[in-house]
Amino acid sequence: MKDLRLMKGNEAMAEAAIRAGADAYFGYPITPQSEVIEYLMRENPAERTGMQVLQAESEVAAINMVYGAAGCGKRAMTTSSSPGVSLMAEGLSYIAGAELPCLVVNVVRGGPGLGTIQPSQSDYFQAVKGGGHGDYKLIVLAPATVQESVDYVKLGFELAFKYRNPVMILSDGIIGQMMEKVELFEQQPRLTEEFSWATVGKKPDRDSVIVTSLQLQSEEQEKVNLRLQAKYREVEKNEVRFESYECDDAEYLFVAFGSCARITRKAMEMARGKGIRVGLLRPQTVYPFPYDAINKLAGQVKGILSVEMNAGQMVEDVRLAVNGKTTVKHFGRFGGMIPSPAEILNALEQKIIGG
Amino acid sequence: MAENNIISPENLVYEKTSVLTDRVLHYCPGCGHGTAHRMLAEVVDELGIQGDTIGVAPVGCSVLAYYYFDVDMQEAAHGRAPAVATGIKRTMPEKYVFTYQGDGDLAAIGTAETLHACNRGENFLIVFINNGIYGMTGGQMAPTTLPGMKSSTSPYGRDVVTMGNPLKMTELVAELPGTCFVTRQSVHTPANARKTKRALKKAMEYQKQNKGTCFVEIVSNCPSGWKMTPAESNKWMEENMFPYYPLGDIKVPS
Ligand SMILES: Cc1ncc(C[n+]2csc(CCOP(=O)(O)OP(=O)(O)O)c2C)c(N)n1
Ligand code: SF4
Ligand SMILES: [Mg+2]
Repeated sequence: MKDLRLMKGNEAMAEAAIRAGADAYFGYPITPQSEVIEYLMRENPAERTGMQVLQAESEVAAINMVYGAAGCGKRAMTTSSSPGVSLMAEGLSYIAGAELPCLVVNVVRGGPGLGTIQPSQSDYFQAVKGGGHGDYKLIVLAPATVQESVDYVKLGFELAFKYRNPVMILSDGIIGQMMEKVELFEQQPRLTEEFSWATVGKKPDRDSVIVTSLQLQSEEQEKVNLRLQAKYREVEKNEVRFESYECDDAEYLFVAFGSCARITRKAMEMARGKGIRVGLLRPQTVYPFPYDAINKLAGQVKGILSVEMNAGQMVEDVRLAVNGKTTVKHFGRFGGMIPSPAEILNALEQKIIGG
Repeated sequence: MAENNIISPENLVYEKTSVLTDRVLHYCPGCGHGTAHRMLAEVVDELGIQGDTIGVAPVGCSVLAYYYFDVDMQEAAHGRAPAVATGIKRTMPEKYVFTYQGDGDLAAIGTAETLHACNRGENFLIVFINNGIYGMTGGQMAPTTLPGMKSSTSPYGRDVVTMGNPLKMTELVAELPGTCFVTRQSVHTPANARKTKRALKKAMEYQKQNKGTCFVEIVSNCPSGWKMTPAESNKWMEENMFPYYPLGDIKVPS
């Protein structure tokens, strides 16, 4: 029987973490995502599955606790929102460098600085271009619904362990806070495997395991980087995910992700009602980005509008994908403002059709 | 006794523990880090817990501690070892977990992680190497640098009015209900090294009983950073460091 519930995005992700067989959650409260740790503390998964939940003294500590647990081959995760994720940048770089799997959720709010607690997509660059130091990549999943938030918790752990790489769910204050119908997946078993790369206690028949991102010899550090880059090429080959709507006959194209894609879809329907043949491409992974799919559509459409709740970030990737084939413009509201479908349609008419 | 006789097994009275690897230590001659490593490794050996021990190396001169300890280890970011160890111990509660941290790592950049791990009473051992200086980065002032002491960033001596006073982390964490055993030792003489070893052994035994955080400070020398010979540095340490950082147990479990 289907397990259908009406749940808030943040709480649904917390439930999904327990059901995904997570071993540990470490987090620090911040709006608009504190419901995750509150739900977990209430639910007390130590009794349900043995999963450990701990409120850390800071996001710096939380991500390093994740590092420690991940280094033991455990399914470890944390959630936060923008200012907290900035504090995790150091830890994420170390986790990527040490090639550890973990899941990090950013329920994005408007910035910069303390910004606002209202929803935003202004951490796109931070999520997909780095955030921390060094040549590393997070695999970044961008849910548009509570359902996807839940599914991406499970998928996120799978990808993290498949590539031994940190995975980020790039949510936002809308998806985190809204209630929707959601189908929960069945309880998954916790991991019992002892990974060869994990610190589980040295066995007499093997060398000690060292989890580190340090290579003092530059030749060795370059080798690490080459290995990471080869891994990222694999990720780019295998893991691009997107959805497209009404693109077959499209003369124009919207590109939008997450909650903003839902509003943009409404704008698309309104445009179609007026006889404007516009489609929508919604990246579900923003790293790896659907460059090829957008490049193909660029040959077909007269112009592309990248709609974002920021001042123009994903548009840079859209331009890279399009590579000059057609006009690319950006439309955004930011600082916690949410664009209306009418505004988006108006931007299409002004910036692309009329422009 | 001929040399062959000395090294024949029945005449051996002391040997390197197999919990230390055969790699040549990168530490400067006369540095306390090597002796501190050895004491901890011997404890792991004697308790027979090599396969159940997970260590966390810091950023500092002992960043490569995992080359020398033949146990599974993780390298933490600067100051974050207690958080990393928390992640390990919470998910591997049956293992013996330790961090090994310098004074810059533990008492400056990692103060929050250290205090909160101790305050939660995390069941692991923190080994704190206090040499009053940033050894690795070339002898800059540490939070533990003594008043008036010269370093590359306090070239006229530490002026406590503008640079603050030396931070006594060990006394601080002893105040916290989460800590179980807090002691300050040194490894600059055989007698002191043996005391340190006893303290480390007790700490590991308390860990087995889940009694809370054990905190073992080792006041140590840094001949290179202090710009002294090893012998001078030990003498200077006795005359200047010990009065400020007195050796002995600060908190013992009842
Ligand atoms: C975030 C960060 N800041 C600064 C450094 C540079 N750094 C490396 S070791 C160190 C100080 C180490 O001193 P201490 O912890 O006392 O260890 P010691 O070398 O004296 O044993 C510093 C500042 C770093 N690696 N990372
Ligand atoms: S710099 Fe100082 S602490 Fe570092 S190895 Fe040399 S003597 Fe030891
Ligand atoms: Mg030091």
